[in-house]
Amino acid sequence: MTQPLQRKTTPLTGFGDGLTIMIRNLLKLKHKPGQIIAELIVPVVMVLLFGYVFGSAIAIENGSSYLEYLMPGLLVMGAVLGALSSLTAIARDNGLGVMDRFRSMPMERWSVPFGQTAATLVIGVVGLVTMSVVGLIFGWRAHNGLVPALGAFGLILLLYYAVSWLGAVLGSLVDNEETAARLMMLALPLVMISNVFVPTGGMPSALRALADWNPVSAAVTACRELFGNPGAPSGDLAWPMANPVPATIGASALILLVCVPLAVYRFQKEAS
Amino acid sequence: MLDVEKDREPVIWAEGLTKRFGKVQALDGLDLSVPAGTCYGLLGPNGAGKTTAVRVFATITRPDGGEVRVAGHDVVRDARQVRRQIGLAGQHAALDEELTGRENLQIIGRLFHLGRRTARRQADHLLEKYSLDHAADRLVKTYSGGMRRRLDLIASLIISPTVLFLDEPTAGLDPRSRLQIWETVRALVADGTTVMLTTQYLDEADQLAAQIAVVDAGTVVARGTPDELKAIIGSRVDVALAPEASLADSALALRAIAADGAVPDVDEDGRTLSVPVAADSFTLPAVVRQLDSAGIDVLDVGIRRPTLDEVFLTITGNNSKAEHESLVP
Ligand SMILES: Nc1ncnc2c1ncn2[C@@H]1O[C@H](COP(=O)(O)OP(=O)(O)OP(=O)(O)O)[C@@H](O)[C@H]1O
Ligand SMILES: [Mg+2]
Repeated sequence: MTQPLQRKTTPLTGFGDGLTIMIRNLLKLKHKPGQIIAELIVPVVMVLLFGYVFGSAIAIENGSSYLEYLMPGLLVMGAVLGALSSLTAIARDNGLGVMDRFRSMPMERWSVPFGQTAATLVIGVVGLVTMSVVGLIFGWRAHNGLVPALGAFGLILLLYYAVSWLGAVLGSLVDNEETAARLMMLALPLVMISNVFVPTGGMPSALRALADWNPVSAAVTACRELFGNPGAPSGDLAWPMANPVPATIGASALILLVCVPLAVYRFQKEAS
Repeated sequence: MLDVEKDREPVIWAEGLTKRFGKVQALDGLDLSVPAGTCYGLLGPNGAGKTTAVRVFATITRPDGGEVRVAGHDVVRDARQVRRQIGLAGQHAALDEELTGRENLQIIGRLFHLGRRTARRQADHLLEKYSLDHAADRLVKTYSGGMRRRLDLIASLIISPTVLFLDEPTAGLDPRSRLQIWETVRALVADGTTVMLTTQYLDEADQLAAQIAVVDAGTVVARGTPDELKAIIGSRVDVALAPEASLADSALALRAIAADGAVPDVDEDGRTLSVPVAADSFTLPAVVRQLDSAGIDVLDVGIRRPTLDEVFLTITGNNSKAEHESLVP
C-alpha cells in the first residue's frame, strides 16, 4: 500500500501556507488583466477629477496649488478604500467551496487571512506607487527629502494593512459578495468625514470632532507634514491632529490588535 | 505482528455520531466501521445526513457527540494527523474557478506541504494520467461539469491519500465519464486505498462498494454487502398462467414456496401471480416442478432478484421524512 506523500512540518510552515495563499490570490489577478488596468486607471482618474474639479474652486494659502494640498489626502483615501476592497474579494473567496477543501487539509487555517491580506498589500503598494507617479506628473512634490517621504509612505501602508484586516474580518462575517459590496458603500462617508478634501476647521463642532478623531485625518495630517505639503492644522487642536504620527500608528495598531485575532478565529473555527 | 493488528483496525470508525444544525438533527447516533482497503458506500435519501457525515470524517465539521476515528486518529483531537492522510472530493466541486486546472493542483499540493517541485510534478503526473492535460492551462471556469468533477477528484489524489472520501462523485456525469470514475475508484481500492463513497445511483454502490450502509434521518437503518441487503427483501417468483388454469389452485400451490406467511399477489385480469420467496436458494426448475406437480399449466415463470433500488425504497420508504418535512410550510 502506498504511503501518502508528505513532508515534515514546523511551526513556521504556516507562513509558507500564507505565502502560497498570497500567490494564489495574485495568480487570479494575473488572469484578469482588465482588473489590473482598472486598478491602474483609478488613481489617474482620482487625481484628475479631484485635483482639477475641486482645485478650480478652492484656493490654498500662499499660492500653492490645490493638488499640493490634496495629494496626501488622495493617497490615504485611495489606500483606505483600496484596503477595504479586500472585503469583497475575501467575502467571495470565503464563499467558495475551495475553502472547505482547505479546511480538510493539513495547512494552517490562520494562514488564509494572512495570505489574503498579504496579497491585498501587494496590490496596495502598486496602487500607491501609481498614484504617486501620477501626482508627480501633475506637479505634486515632496519637499522634505527622501526619508520623511518614505516615512509617510510607510504610515500609509501601515494604515492600509490594518484596514485590510478589518476588511478580512467583515469579509469573513458576510461570506457573500453582494452584502460585502453594500457594506463597502458605507466606507465612503467614513473616509470623507475627514480632512482629505477640506480642513476640519470650518466644520460644525460635532462633525469636526468626528473628523479630527478619524484615523484617516491623522494619517493625512502626518503625510502633509512629512511631505512638506500645505494644510497643517492650526489653533486649538484635538490630540490626533497635534500628534498625527503616533495617532496613525496607534490607530493602526489598535485595528490590527482587534482584527487579526478575530479574523484568525473565524478561520480556525469549524465550518458550520 | 503489530502491523497485522493495525491493518485489522477499521480505517473509518464512528460510534454514536451526532450533529445538529439549529432545529435539524442531521446525524442522530450514526455508527459505522470501514475495514482498510475496501470501498464503502453510504446510501440514503436527500437530507439523510450523508454529506454531514463525510464532512465530519474529513475534519471539516466538528461533531456534537460520539467518537470518530479516521486512519487511526480521532477527528477532533488529532485532526491534523487525519488531514495528512485523507483526500476529499465534496458534493460540489471545490476549485478556484479563476485559476487554471494546473494552478489549482499546484496550489493544493503546496498547501499539503509537498514542496514546490513535488507539487508541480504531482500535478503534471495526475493531469496526464487522468487525461486532463489538454485543458490543464485553461481557467477552470471554462471547464464542463464533467471536467470539473474529474479535476476535483484528481485534486483529492494529490497526496495519494490512504483514505478517500467521495461525495456523489458521479452526479451529473455522462455514462462514459461515470465509467471512468468507477475505473479510477476500483484501481485505487486495488492499490490499498480505503474509499468511502456516497451516491444516489444504486447501481454505482452495487458495482463499487463491498459494504453499504443505508442512512436515513441521521442513522444507519441497514447495512451489509449489496447481496445481503437484497436478501432483506428477497426474490420474487412471477407466474403467468395458461388460459385454463385456476387462479385459486395456483395461489395455493405457490404458498408452499412463499416466504413465511406471504400471500401471493393475484392479478385476475392479467392472469399472473407474484410471490416473495424466502431465500435465494430457489431455482427455476424447483418452482416449475412445484407447479407441475400441482397440475397447473403456466405460460411463463420467472425468478426476479431485487435491485438495490427496490431495497432502498423498501428500507427508506416510510421514514424518509427529513427532506419532505422541510418542504411543508
Ligand atoms: N450547514 C448547515 N446548516 C443547517 N442545516 C444543515 C447544514 N448542513 C446540513 N444541514 C441539514 O442537515 C441535514 C442533512 O444534510 P446532508 O447534506 O448531510 O444530507 P445528504 O444526505 O448529503 O443529502 P443529499 O443527498 O441531498 O446530498 C439536512 O436536513 C440539511 O438541511
Ligand atoms: Mg449530500
